[in-house]
Amino acid sequence: MATTYDAIVVGAGHNGLTCAAYLAKAGRKVLVLESRDSIGGATASEEIYPGFTFSTCSYVVSLLRPQIIRDLELSKHGLEIMPLDWTFSPFEDGTSLLRGPDAEMNRRNIARFSRKDAERYPLFGQAMSELGRMMKPIIESPIPEPSKLTPSTIFEALRLGKQFKGVGEEWLAANLKMMTMSAVDFLSEWFESERLIGPMSVSGIIGTFLGIRSPGTAYVLLHHYMGEIDGAFRAWGLQKGGTGGVAMAIARSAESLGVEIKTGCRVDKVLMTGSEARGVVLVNGDEYHAKAIVSGADPHRTFLGLIGEDRLDEDFVKQIKRFKMRGSSGKVNLALDSLPEFPGLDQESPALRADITIAPNIDFLERAYDDAKYGRFSREPFMDCVIPSLTDPSVAPPGKHVMSIFVQYAPYNLKEGPADWENQREAFGDAVINTLERFSPGIKDRILHRHVLTPWDLEKTYGLTEGNIFHGELSLEQLAFMRPAAGWARYKTPIEKFWLCGSGAHPGGGIMAAPGQLCANTMLKARAV
Amino acid sequence: MEGISIQRAARSADLNHFALAGDARKRYILTPMPIRSPFHDRVARYCTSFAWKDWAGYYAASHFGETHLPEYWAFRESCAITDITPLFKYEVKGKDAARLLSRMTVRGFEKLPVGRVAYTCWCDANGKVIDDGTVSRLGEAHFFITAAEPTLSWMSRLSRGFEVELLDVSERTGALSLQGPTSRDVLKQCTDANLDALKFFQTTSAKLDGAGVQISRTGYSGDLGYELWCNAEDALKVWDALMTVGRDYGIEPAGIEALDMVRIEAGFIMLGVDYYSAPHVTIDARRSSPYEIGLDHCVKLDRDSFMGQEALRAEAARGAEWKLVGVEADWLELERLYESYSLPPGLAPAACRDSVPLYLDGKFVGQVTSTVWSPLLKRYICLASVKAQYAALGTKLKLEHTALYERKTVTATVVERPFFEPERKRTP
Repeated sequence: MATTYDAIVVGAGHNGLTCAAYLAKAGRKVLVLESRDSIGGATASEEIYPGFTFSTCSYVVSLLRPQIIRDLELSKHGLEIMPLDWTFSPFEDGTSLLRGPDAEMNRRNIARFSRKDAERYPLFGQAMSELGRMMKPIIESPIPEPSKLTPSTIFEALRLGKQFKGVGEEWLAANLKMMTMSAVDFLSEWFESERLIGPMSVSGIIGTFLGIRSPGTAYVLLHHYMGEIDGAFRAWGLQKGGTGGVAMAIARSAESLGVEIKTGCRVDKVLMTGSEARGVVLVNGDEYHAKAIVSGADPHRTFLGLIGEDRLDEDFVKQIKRFKMRGSSGKVNLALDSLPEFPGLDQESPALRADITIAPNIDFLERAYDDAKYGRFSREPFMDCVIPSLTDPSVAPPGKHVMSIFVQYAPYNLKEGPADWENQREAFGDAVINTLERFSPGIKDRILHRHVLTPWDLEKTYGLTEGNIFHGELSLEQLAFMRPAAGWARYKTPIEKFWLCGSGAHPGGGIMAAPGQLCANTMLKARAV
Repeated sequence: MEGISIQRAARSADLNHFALAGDARKRYILTPMPIRSPFHDRVARYCTSFAWKDWAGYYAASHFGETHLPEYWAFRESCAITDITPLFKYEVKGKDAARLLSRMTVRGFEKLPVGRVAYTCWCDANGKVIDDGTVSRLGEAHFFITAAEPTLSWMSRLSRGFEVELLDVSERTGALSLQGPTSRDVLKQCTDANLDALKFFQTTSAKLDGAGVQISRTGYSGDLGYELWCNAEDALKVWDALMTVGRDYGIEPAGIEALDMVRIEAGFIMLGVDYYSAPHVTIDARRSSPYEIGLDHCVKLDRDSFMGQEALRAEAARGAEWKLVGVEADWLELERLYESYSLPPGLAPAACRDSVPLYLDGKFVGQVTSTVWSPLLKRYICLASVKAQYAALGTKLKLEHTALYERKTVTATVVERPFFEPERKRTP
């Protein structure tokens, strides 16, 4: 095979597709190669049980950039994101907390646990939104590299720095605290009730191998509020037909721009001439050539797999190996015969349409982490549940429902080794359901089908190294100009004509599509294609 | 006096079934409050927000719950049910029914097949629009008309010499709009109508839980959807049946605010917002011809004489002065505008009906009449009236925008209308 393309993108996840679409939009001839038979990567909707569509892996659309939606006309191609406005936190004593867009409702509901917290809550939101607003340009542009003082990086750094001009000492202090403190400590400076701190702190640990008391987790809280920047514009939400619809919309847009997408094509190696990438070879031996190769796979698979250690500088290999993947979460998808019940809620309540957070108190969450530290899944895990069929009836038969449960902790490295997940998968599923049953009595009897995904499955089926959902932890030392390695945070890699566009690149994971977009723009600007 | 009117109000509340008696005169009973539609008992039960609006003298829910946004999403993702009884509804019967409507409105009805619905508007003698609405042909000599404003007097003035019977069925007809992707599934479960055969802009009679209903595949959402017309006595039965079945299909009672958002996405105009009824305004500058409000496709000039024909023919020949267009504000510019005040973009998450000027090179060239941030499209979209020479797609104008008290402008481009038109709207 000797077809030549301007660019080949390896992996049809949402970032790979976005990158391909932007390159094609600029008139380039692009081929996307996907090893699975379906596109989307971890942004997948699958009918695992007849009539029920699960967002198998990722389940909420968080920070998908509105500009990408407009640039690629994703709405025209089927993107429909419905907002996820409420957070519902049930407690074991039958009480619960519902937070949403109505400030007065929040105040009323929080005041049942603490009047002071109720008063502080809107101020906290305001402070975080302000921080988030300043961070926004950072996630919307390639990160300047402090080690390379070229005029353009200085200019970019100044442009980003302008955000922070004139901010007071107080703000700097808040920011420094944010960067270094644990989620619990940071929140405890604001609030007194665990019923608020518990559920709020979990956004600091999602997808990391850290506990809510681990330093640095406060920063991740901010990611939630960056979604809130688009406040009126509801950036957090559920895609119609499951998150696979997001990838599908990007793919349709890409195809309309001329991108060729081939599924069932597992790339074995990147072909190189000297230090230059010039194509890829599939496991079946087919070769494809292009002026540039882009990898949407995670940094481990990209560099240690597609390229191979032997073709890379030793220091760089070390950096990549040290880049922490260590998946810590699993997914349980349920097909339900009827809506689950929570004490004190009627079925019309918006609470069931909320993000349902099982994080009743700090110790519960810390104990869940304790298990993980010693190579066990949490006996009582933290859970983040959504019932998308309530807003989008198309994902389940009439009257039936789909429940998507994100579960943490499920460490990739079990004490018995990751392969032992094959033996522990169902026990893990039982732990999840047993815990949930305590908050939603009767849920067991509603389950028609249970689909358990462990980090081992995420690696084997979806190609996420160690089952890390973000292509590498979103911890501070792995962000910005250190993602995925110091000196290589601008999508370019040590291999010439070889680029990285997945979540392992700045600004990171989640269905944001920014790495894909920024990678394409960087390549075009550098005239690499 | 006050005591008396309060007592009257209380009595009229007791008598809110006046409509059931079909006595239209009681509609004008002396009460300071709006009246209740035959669905009110049920609508009120869901309207926990107590956010009511006055729509043509009726109580109409603005939004039902905490915010209108879940209702907006029901329009687009599941099924929204809206009480549209306040529309004015008429029946025209008799040998000359088609002729009368052809004379009154801008299109002909002689050839409209039975079972079809047509959207049209009607003008005064100067070719300026009075109102717009749908006309359904229920039988060879039987039509059903909806209007935003009272139209009985106008129709009867025009009907001199025609063999027709005019009926104002506004009060005795309950009307519901069922819109959204699952609306057909809901209706299938509770009516005997063959909905798979019912095409876009067709109408059929059916039984719904024993009650006779007229179902037309029409609506104001630009999505798959239906409008149902029933006798006021059957209203609660119809509502209950739909809500019961709808539960499994994500049905949501939806109010005016959500409806306003979806109709802008669909590019539909609204009387009193995007144009004014010719007899209700005093200067010509506020009157519009069908060509000026995007209803060109409705006007059929070459046929027997109709109201406004000569004026419209002349206007068609010389070209309309104004054009209705879709306009999209440049989001990045808007963001930068707010950024200059260190603010995130501060747009209301609801439709806005205030007119805002459009400029080109500092010169006034038109106005935006309806505006909404579309949560679905992630675009800030508007319906606008611009001078015809600026109506070409892609024309870049400046839209006034007030950020932190100051009036500034952002670039706004003339774009295609409708902004949103899913295939399911028309497909079987």
